[in-house]
Amino acid sequence: MHMADALISPTVGGMLWAVSGGLIAFCARKVKRTLRDNLVPMMGVLGAFIFAAQMINFSIPGTGSSGHLSGGLILTILLGPYAAFLVIASVLTVQAFFFADGGLLALGCNIFNLGFFPAFIAYPLIYRVIAKDQHGTPRAWVAAMVAAVVGLQLGAFSVVLETKASGISELPFGTFVLMMLPIHLAIGVVEGLATAAVVSFVARARPEALRTAPSAGASVSLRPVVIGLAITAVVMGGLVSWFASTHPDGLEWSISKVTGKEELSGSEAGVHKNLADLQKKTAFLPDYGFKATEAESAPAEHAAPEPEPWPAVNAGTSISGIVGGLMTLALVCLVGFALKARSIQRAHGND
Amino acid sequence: MGIADWIEIGRMDELGRMDTPAHRLDARAKAIVTLVFIGVVMSFPLHEISALTPFLLYPVALISLGRIPARYILKKILVAAPFALVIGIFNPLMDRQPVATIGSFVVTGGWVSFVSIMFRFVLTVGAALALVACTGMYRLGAGLEQLGVPRVFVMQLLFLYRYLFVVADEGVKMMRGVELRSDGTRALRLRVYGSLIGHLLLRSMDRAERVYRAMVARGFDGEIRVLRRSWFRWSDWGFVCGCLAFFLAARMWNLANGLGLLLTGIVP
Repeated sequence: MHMADALISPTVGGMLWAVSGGLIAFCARKVKRTLRDNLVPMMGVLGAFIFAAQMINFSIPGTGSSGHLSGGLILTILLGPYAAFLVIASVLTVQAFFFADGGLLALGCNIFNLGFFPAFIAYPLIYRVIAKDQHGTPRAWVAAMVAAVVGLQLGAFSVVLETKASGISELPFGTFVLMMLPIHLAIGVVEGLATAAVVSFVARARPEALRTAPSAGASVSLRPVVIGLAITAVVMGGLVSWFASTHPDGLEWSISKVTGKEELSGSEAGVHKNLADLQKKTAFLPDYGFKATEAESAPAEHAAPEPEPWPAVNAGTSISGIVGGLMTLALVCLVGFALKARSIQRAHGND
Repeated sequence: MGIADWIEIGRMDELGRMDTPAHRLDARAKAIVTLVFIGVVMSFPLHEISALTPFLLYPVALISLGRIPARYILKKILVAAPFALVIGIFNPLMDRQPVATIGSFVVTGGWVSFVSIMFRFVLTVGAALALVACTGMYRLGAGLEQLGVPRVFVMQLLFLYRYLFVVADEGVKMMRGVELRSDGTRALRLRVYGSLIGHLLLRSMDRAERVYRAMVARGFDGEIRVLRRSWFRWSDWGFVCGCLAFFLAARMWNLANGLGLLLTGIVP
């Protein structure tokens, strides 16, 4: 469920960058403070382990298909939430860098969806409560299944929210939820099975390895959970109201241009409106403008005004647009070839 | 993820270590410009296509200057496409408002936005891949740290990257063992899977322990020191300012449309 850049608005992407960046900084501080020296190489190796583990599949009992570990929960069981969150974030970053698996703008969203929920919700609030550190027992199997399913469901649901708030996909909210949640229910069960199988093996083969995690007494504070959820709630509320109040929202706006109708039927307008109302009631910064928080949000500012009145159905404009677009593409290719030729020539010249 | 993917990472690593005009640019400059690029591209309205075309210049220029094989980047973009494709394809289904007719063929708003999504996908993924291929993980890590990313996280990234190949090797060996001993089925029973992955995990942890001891013996004090260049050269400034000016211009005016107007002679 790695989200791609092409479906995310800079606002949503930037906001979740800020949230995930904040969580990374928070976890980095925590890890540094509690640093046992060998934690650093251990974190690095376990990140690499997750990559390697994803190459190996197992057959899912009772079905013809196969699945693999995706890793958030097992990392948290082995390392504890703070270190695990950093490892998950680093794995996602490397995946984005080298496999184009989830984009750079979407990286904040992906880290939040796949890191925050297993590390700060599923593990402390579900796995530890049910399993009570009795790794390898049926109890722990149940715990792993429930925790993995809940973690992935929350992640999948926030994928839907983020995509919806971006307003680029026109998939209706209900359909999207119905599409994502059942799939991730299955993925969650697989993840739970794989996690429990590996953990129970390790519990038998080398129980002390599982004590890498913070000891049973050191409970996880709820602070990052509360902070993370609060920030996200504010971000989401703010976003929705921004779309719902300033412009009707990209989609509705362009449709109203085409059809002359103001309202778009369906649940989406309702959700927007309700959330916007809720946000208005609870807003503590009523005229909260979108302030650039990161370097990448800067473009959103000079980009925000003057959307082209599309589609101005004017034959001249459309034709010139098409011709111009094609010509631009051709030009870009030419420039590319020229630059490459020159660069190679230079390199030979230097030899 | 198959074994071929690992070879791919190795390829990316090789590309990142080349020495070309694009590689010599400061990692921070490239990282910032790429993020701004993605932000600007995604800030266009839903149905925009022609105004986006000039933006292709950035990844293409980076790839060309960096002498990165375009075919390699294109292949990676294609491999990554399914998610955007699966979500994007619903736009034509949901939005059937006709917006134009070409001959007898009616173009709906949904198809326009779908094409726009896929084009943006190529742009953003292309730019990100170009950034990594023209920078390499180590330079990128150093740059990120200078930009204020927490040290612990940068170290984690570099450690992860360094161990990737090592642990992957173990995984590949294990899979080869499994394949030789099984009747060609690649998926394992859960019990076998648990102990196999468990072993991989324990082996990796042992290795981490050994590496750690070796590092301590060589004076490791908890920090990786990365070679970094702290100053921005003129060429870096030129690159940043030039790119940002271009993005701004292309965002404010539809350059492709302008070119089209010029060509079709509608402009007086």
